[in-house]
Amino acid sequence: MDEIAPEYDVIVLGTGLTECILSGVLSVKGKKVLHIDRNDHYGGEAASVNLETLFKKYGNFQQGTEPWKAYGRPADWNIDLVPKLLMSSGELTNILVSTDVTRYLEFKQVAGSFVQQNSGSKATIAKVPSDAGEALRSPLMGIFEKRRMKSFIEWVGTFDANDAGTHKGLDLSKATMKEVYDKFGLEAGTRDFIGHAMALYLDDTYLDAPGKAPESIERIRLYGNSVARYGKSPYIYPLYGLGELPQGFARLSAIYGGTYMLNASVDEVLYDGGKATGIKATMGGIEPEMKFETKAKFILGDPSYFPSKVKVVGHVLKAICVLKHPLAGTGDADSAQLIIPQSQVGRKNDIYVACISSAHNVCPKGYYIAIVSTIAETSANHHLELQPGLDRLGKIEEQFLGPPIPLYEPLEDGTKDNVFISKSYDATSHFETTTDDVRDIYRRATGEELKVEGLREGLQVSEE
Amino acid sequence: MEANLSACPTYHAGAEPHPTSILDPRQQSPDNEKPAAPTSSHPQLQAHNDHTMAEAPKPSSSVKLVLLGEAAVGKSSLVLRFVNNDFQENKEPTIGGETLTWHATAAAFLTQKCNLPTRTIKFEIWDTAGQERFASLAPMYYRNAQAALVVYDLTKPTSLVKAKHWVAELQRQASPGIVIALVGNKLDLTNESGDADSEGADGDESGDARKISTEEAQAYAEEESLLFFETSAKTGHNVSEVFTAIANAIPETSLKSTRGPGAANAVSRGGDEQRVNLNGPREAAKEGCAC
Repeated sequence: MDEIAPEYDVIVLGTGLTECILSGVLSVKGKKVLHIDRNDHYGGEAASVNLETLFKKYGNFQQGTEPWKAYGRPADWNIDLVPKLLMSSGELTNILVSTDVTRYLEFKQVAGSFVQQNSGSKATIAKVPSDAGEALRSPLMGIFEKRRMKSFIEWVGTFDANDAGTHKGLDLSKATMKEVYDKFGLEAGTRDFIGHAMALYLDDTYLDAPGKAPESIERIRLYGNSVARYGKSPYIYPLYGLGELPQGFARLSAIYGGTYMLNASVDEVLYDGGKATGIKATMGGIEPEMKFETKAKFILGDPSYFPSKVKVVGHVLKAICVLKHPLAGTGDADSAQLIIPQSQVGRKNDIYVACISSAHNVCPKGYYIAIVSTIAETSANHHLELQPGLDRLGKIEEQFLGPPIPLYEPLEDGTKDNVFISKSYDATSHFETTTDDVRDIYRRATGEELKVEGLREGLQVSEE
Repeated sequence: MEANLSACPTYHAGAEPHPTSILDPRQQSPDNEKPAAPTSSHPQLQAHNDHTMAEAPKPSSSVKLVLLGEAAVGKSSLVLRFVNNDFQENKEPTIGGETLTWHATAAAFLTQKCNLPTRTIKFEIWDTAGQERFASLAPMYYRNAQAALVVYDLTKPTSLVKAKHWVAELQRQASPGIVIALVGNKLDLTNESGDADSEGADGDESGDARKISTEEAQAYAEEESLLFFETSAKTGHNVSEVFTAIANAIPETSLKSTRGPGAANAVSRGGDEQRVNLNGPREAAKEGCAC
């Protein structure tokens, strides 16, 4: 067995997406990285697992039975533990392209993005309009409202934060998004789908926050640009599941000299004068186990490796469902996102439904995987909170619903103890907050801004 | 060549016309109206594009080939010989921070075309990048691999043991139709000169560094239905033959899909038109391009 070096620049604990992007980038920048995971697979909380693993994780079957055998080969299933999609013009896409990790992955569009209006038996589902033309055709609005929406979207397209002439007479350092909506006379239902299905806010607190309008407009533009890029929806998705993403960045890191070790548990983080200096760890899965100790200038890790250094900031509810049919109301889309805005179902937080299928190589032909999620608002009966989403699924073949999932954030920024901890994957439907966290950790740990543009230029080789 | 292509952004994935958004003025540039040009830098799309190239003389397909084998058996050297017809005498081991640049160069993603009489095979060659060292190869590595080169050092018995381990691992994890070639490297260290065409010598002469006989390895290869070659990356002996044999052994049927057996599942409603090339439009949006 090879030897572990006595010292690295960075030790990274956990192979979730945040950690793997950081490893990849740090390795490309010439840092010597040791990357460890206690699991025998890549991805941590952001892994994709097969159906057998999922049954065993949730334990929702009778001992001695093997219910997964009714669903084809377990290996044909790649079920995401975190339901997210990539914004096609978002920051993760940017990082994937800049680092050339796109070479290891294939992406497909998600076929549609939908929003629900009303609830119960009156619920209707409609495509989220992404441009002025779609706004005019959308069943979400009446004839006059369509025109108001069209002029709003056109304004968003020409808006320039630095050009007061485009600000419609509003003082955007103080204005709230509500005032912007008021300016265009938009109805409550329209505000709902703009704020929740386009700007992708999880709740309504953005409406009354002074000075937040430019951020909201930026989010609407990201949505519009992402739709414009490929045409069907703002989202793309990697074939074989999101678990491919951390693997791709881990490979990038390894190519630039990163050392990878799965099945390795951290026995102790070593400190000197309050600052982390290294780890003691054991690699299992081999006979005999390999115990080792090594040093590093700093340590990165996901919250599960530092339970005493993180706090719980909320809980996410999630039900993973196996279906044999597409989502109703989506035109038989092979993949879709459906957003149920909170106000439509009397909640404070939106309910998301993400649905993907064999078109994305995550399950055998004829199956669909739908994940219903939301932020927990009560302390019991969580299935009731998800019910408006579950109602949209029709017949459910299998349902995996666990206890509320705690969301963690680090207590400190890491500069005191040289331990830089990532945040849990939040309830948003995309990875924009994940890449924010990557940038934030990079800045805290290295003291520099992360610039991914042109990262690999100069190290590229011509071929053939 | 790949690097050059990526600077040429006129390719639009999902060639259908898409609604132009007024939210992004850049999308209204005339570039957007150009017909899709087959200039994808995305290797997975290459095969598909090649079919559409008018000047392509014969069908061309991409084949993902993975490299496996014990450390220091010459995996990377074999590939460098094949791709660049080059050999670096005192090459440092592929792994470890000290040899970062070489490794990044060698292992990142090499491609090489192999011309057969009736078709062209473009190998996308994946190096383990050292992730096998602590048994941490990702499933991604095996995913859709249509060929594998399992290399051992014919002067080092343990390396054949390790090679057998990798063959078993491939049979367990890779696509069922994968073509596996077992390659005994470092023939130049035996008495049979790698330069000459001497074949089949059993290497029992004195002064010969050979520790694994041709017969032993060949018998194992036959048992497991593997292609079998003895090579010298140093002299180039038999190297291109390995790749040609692999290219010939890949069944025509598995070449029809863009991306190996797994891709067949992907073609349902919407099919491949929904596939996207992240590199193309992104760069088009960033700045104008001369090409």
